[in-house]
Amino acid sequence: MGEDHHTPGFWRRYVFSIDHKVIGVQYMVTGLTFLMFGFCLIMLMRWQLAYPGEAVPVIGKIFGENNMPGGIMLPEFYNSLGAMHGTIMVFLGVVPILVGGFGNYVLPLQVGAPDMAFPKLNMMSYWVYATGGITMLVGFFVKGGAANSGWTSYPPLSNLATTGQTVWLIGMVFLITSSLLGSVNFIVTVAHLRSDGLSMFRLPFFVWAQLVTSFLLLLAFPPLEAAGVLQLMDRLAGTSFFMPSGLVVSGVPQTVAGGGSPLLWQHLFWFLAHPEVYVLILPALGIVAEIIANNTRKPPWGYRTMVYATIFLGFMSFIVWAHHMFMTGMGTKLSAFFATTTMIISIPSVVILTALLISLYQASIRFTVPMLFALAFLPMFAIGGLTGLPLGLPASDIALHDTYYVIGHFHYVVAPGTIFAIFAGVYYWYPKVTGRMMNATLGKLHFWFSFVFINIVFMPMFWVGLAGVSRRLYDQTVYAHGKAVQDLTITSSWGAWLLGLAQIFFIINFFISIRRGKKVSNNPWDATTLEWAAPSPPPHGNFATVPVVYRGPYEYSVPGQDKDFLPQHIAAEA
Amino acid sequence: MSSETLPYTVKPHPVTAMYSGKFGTWLFLASEVMLFGALFSSYVLLRVGAPAEGPGHWLSHHETHLSWKIGGFNTLVLIISSVTMVMAWASLKMGSLQKARLYLIITAVLAVLFVIIKLSLEYIPHIKDGLVPSHSNFFALYYTMTGLHALHIIGGVVVIAYFIGPGAKLYHKDPEYYTNRIECTGLYWHFVDLVWIFLFPVLYLL
Amino acid sequence: MNVRMRVIVGLVLALAVLVCFDSSAFGQAEGVDTSGMTIDGNYGYGLPPDISVHGPGIDQLIHILHWFMVLLFVGWGIFMVRCLIKYRQRAGHKAVHGSVKAKPAKFLEVGVVVFETVLLLGFSIPIWGSIKNDLPEPTDNPLRLRVLAEQFAWNFHYPGEDGKFGKTAPKFIDAAMNPAGIDPGDPNGEDDIVSGAMHIPVNRPIICDISSKDVIHSFSLPVLRIKQDAIPGMRIPTWFQATKTGTYQVACAQLCGNNHYKMLAPLVIQSAEDFAAWQVEKSAPAEDFDEDEFED
Repeated sequence: MGEDHHTPGFWRRYVFSIDHKVIGVQYMVTGLTFLMFGFCLIMLMRWQLAYPGEAVPVIGKIFGENNMPGGIMLPEFYNSLGAMHGTIMVFLGVVPILVGGFGNYVLPLQVGAPDMAFPKLNMMSYWVYATGGITMLVGFFVKGGAANSGWTSYPPLSNLATTGQTVWLIGMVFLITSSLLGSVNFIVTVAHLRSDGLSMFRLPFFVWAQLVTSFLLLLAFPPLEAAGVLQLMDRLAGTSFFMPSGLVVSGVPQTVAGGGSPLLWQHLFWFLAHPEVYVLILPALGIVAEIIANNTRKPPWGYRTMVYATIFLGFMSFIVWAHHMFMTGMGTKLSAFFATTTMIISIPSVVILTALLISLYQASIRFTVPMLFALAFLPMFAIGGLTGLPLGLPASDIALHDTYYVIGHFHYVVAPGTIFAIFAGVYYWYPKVTGRMMNATLGKLHFWFSFVFINIVFMPMFWVGLAGVSRRLYDQTVYAHGKAVQDLTITSSWGAWLLGLAQIFFIINFFISIRRGKKVSNNPWDATTLEWAAPSPPPHGNFATVPVVYRGPYEYSVPGQDKDFLPQHIAAEA
Repeated sequence: MSSETLPYTVKPHPVTAMYSGKFGTWLFLASEVMLFGALFSSYVLLRVGAPAEGPGHWLSHHETHLSWKIGGFNTLVLIISSVTMVMAWASLKMGSLQKARLYLIITAVLAVLFVIIKLSLEYIPHIKDGLVPSHSNFFALYYTMTGLHALHIIGGVVVIAYFIGPGAKLYHKDPEYYTNRIECTGLYWHFVDLVWIFLFPVLYLL
Repeated sequence: MNVRMRVIVGLVLALAVLVCFDSSAFGQAEGVDTSGMTIDGNYGYGLPPDISVHGPGIDQLIHILHWFMVLLFVGWGIFMVRCLIKYRQRAGHKAVHGSVKAKPAKFLEVGVVVFETVLLLGFSIPIWGSIKNDLPEPTDNPLRLRVLAEQFAWNFHYPGEDGKFGKTAPKFIDAAMNPAGIDPGDPNGEDDIVSGAMHIPVNRPIICDISSKDVIHSFSLPVLRIKQDAIPGMRIPTWFQATKTGTYQVACAQLCGNNHYKMLAPLVIQSAEDFAAWQVEKSAPAEDFDEDEFED
């Protein structure tokens, strides 16, 4: 069956392509760029944190007199950088990379499909995301600067904020729409496009992780979209959804109708934002599971257990959200409910982590670059998860809520957690996408320097938080307890700048290897899952003949076989 | 990449018993339930939290100046449009594009009628009386919820217009595929109707 | 990577780590002058001093939790390192395909669940309950005051000698003269005190009703292990009892705008006599209500 049309032109092939692989690369490159940009924002902020009130050397003047007069950061600019750092990293960086990048590229290949269920919808999802991303960046150039009420945008502060907040809300509407369209695509693809013999329990864990993630995105994002609409109404139409009666701002009584509830925003926001954190971790766990299976040369321990734990985690993630709101005047019954569900949800996380750890037992471990990142992920995710415990219990949360302890906690999960998984995935699937390997020496340098410095950035934050230093402080030395731990803050800043430098190994490697990497054929890692059955890179349509699946996804070191791996699509020997 | 090489674009899948577009539509509608559900939940929270009297109190029926007769009529308009939507799909199943087109046109006209009634008999007179969104939380919610709903109606009309006009070409190329798309549009349309069935009593009667 | 390269990389890494920890060589932070006040207490890494009645319970929970966390992490870590060494790929060594009977893992799971349940039911819920539900009775002679947060200051509103708060309304608020918006026509309000510094007597239960004029703030007293969001439109009570006198700081723990970082107020814990004297001094009529006033 030949192609019945001419090869599409430049725009159809590279810009508005409906091929999931092109779209995946678009998401990946855009997402990694935003990730780097978001990281640059925090590197800038960390100067002010370490040396409050001092002009930023060399580059200080380029930010203009509105933001950094004489190179010294203004508090309003600091707050903008903070809000945008969080927003960009989560919504423009990590999720598009994990779901739009890895999910789009790898998932159809792993289920043996020629493409996603709705290729045109896929293309639209990317462009809506790109539009949302650009909208977010526009915020920096409007009067009053970008949004500066935290990525959490609590009203009334965000209601009263400058134009940048409106731009943020519009950007969020685009980003949420993109996610919703994407999640529909993923679910239908997994349900309908699996090739023959690929039953649900023969799916790679990566696919399960993406499937549950898609349900979280589908069902959790709309309340935030609703909240965004309500806040837009408050800001543009003068409504009082989030504005209580009797507000007096800077001595001026507000003339709104009143009767609104700031807590309404918090409930709607966290209803999304809690499942969102599982969106940040599940695909990462999927990537790590694939790489661990491949580099231990044995099936991971407890595949079914991990699948059930993931599904349970997905359900539970919808009923823990108010553990972000313990300090809002919550009574004992409600806080007991949410503390209990929070304790319960820690169990499937522990199960999955333990399963991956046990997978190292009686293995044959190859320390490839992807494996280094995947291995480091495990203890880093453990630290992040464990430090969630004092935060999830209301009594201990009193001392730790909205301190640097929280910042340390969630960064451990997302930074040396998810982002390391992202690096692992890039090194792992780069040969599939480009047909060439990334340089292993540069990869190892990237790993070791990143691992050391990322811990230097975030580990001190637990002590800073225990000491009582609040989040989002332009200058913590105002407080005696803050001044006492300022040296730890300086340490974190230097760690961050050196971590930034360490990424140069990765950036160079990423670009040079496109031309100079070692060429490989379709399965350089001796892996078993279906994406490695296709050529590197796969052509339009992925597989010359649709692969038939004969066994589970991780048949490594099967007794009685010559090779230590048995791909899913190879018929059994006679 | 043409959709002919993707399986289950027309044939139903053995497990889900749906073709892909239908499954996708149902999933999309689940997210819409969460969207409108969030707004209904906001209504509950704001109404329950409002003081009994004084500034910020919840408006009584008398104060809202909302006519249940107009709202009721509009409800009827939408229900009939849902019926005509089904008739359009049924006509296609029985092989008549002409009849289907007629029913689609009636559906679109009824939808536009709904919006016109809303604008001319409700929104505009209310705004003239100063009953604008910023007036009170009741009106803030009223305009936001009915406004979002109306946007969904307009979106639906655009899709239906496409299938009456340029989209109808697909019927001649692949009648079953075209029929399926009308079915999915119908699913979306019934959902939009259902949202109104909840909005009407909550805003006009309670 | 050969040995020489590894050594060089290791040295570079070690040097970089040293820079991180000794970067005071590159400049010291002076910070903002907190109006020349001396703040009591020894602060360093880790929890600040605790001078409250319910603080020890919270601190104990935090300590137990961290030991538990360290135990789990070290346990997992030892297992992981052993596996990485013992099961590294080398000649004559194959992975085992079959499933591992992981009884220790199930044991661990159950243990974790039991421990978390104990922490929840035995520690967190009772402590939280006592802070939220067991507000002091009138027979305990609590001092009641209102905390009204604003951008970017704290207003502490005391009822004065008569123990009654004057009625307040937003329309009476004047930033300089009447930050709490007390109705000038209400006789109960005549002896009310509104101060920019928080004065409380030691060894006496204090009930604070916390609210905000404008945006969400958070009333944070680290040395008393107190944190309560100040939400406009809501008045949320919290209570505590200080066990030591001294001067400390009230912090804001919720982003509230540009000067969030310097929204601090002195917390002055005094003996009963000193507190009474302060009240008399502040209650005198024709007092300037200056929200920026700090006590010495």
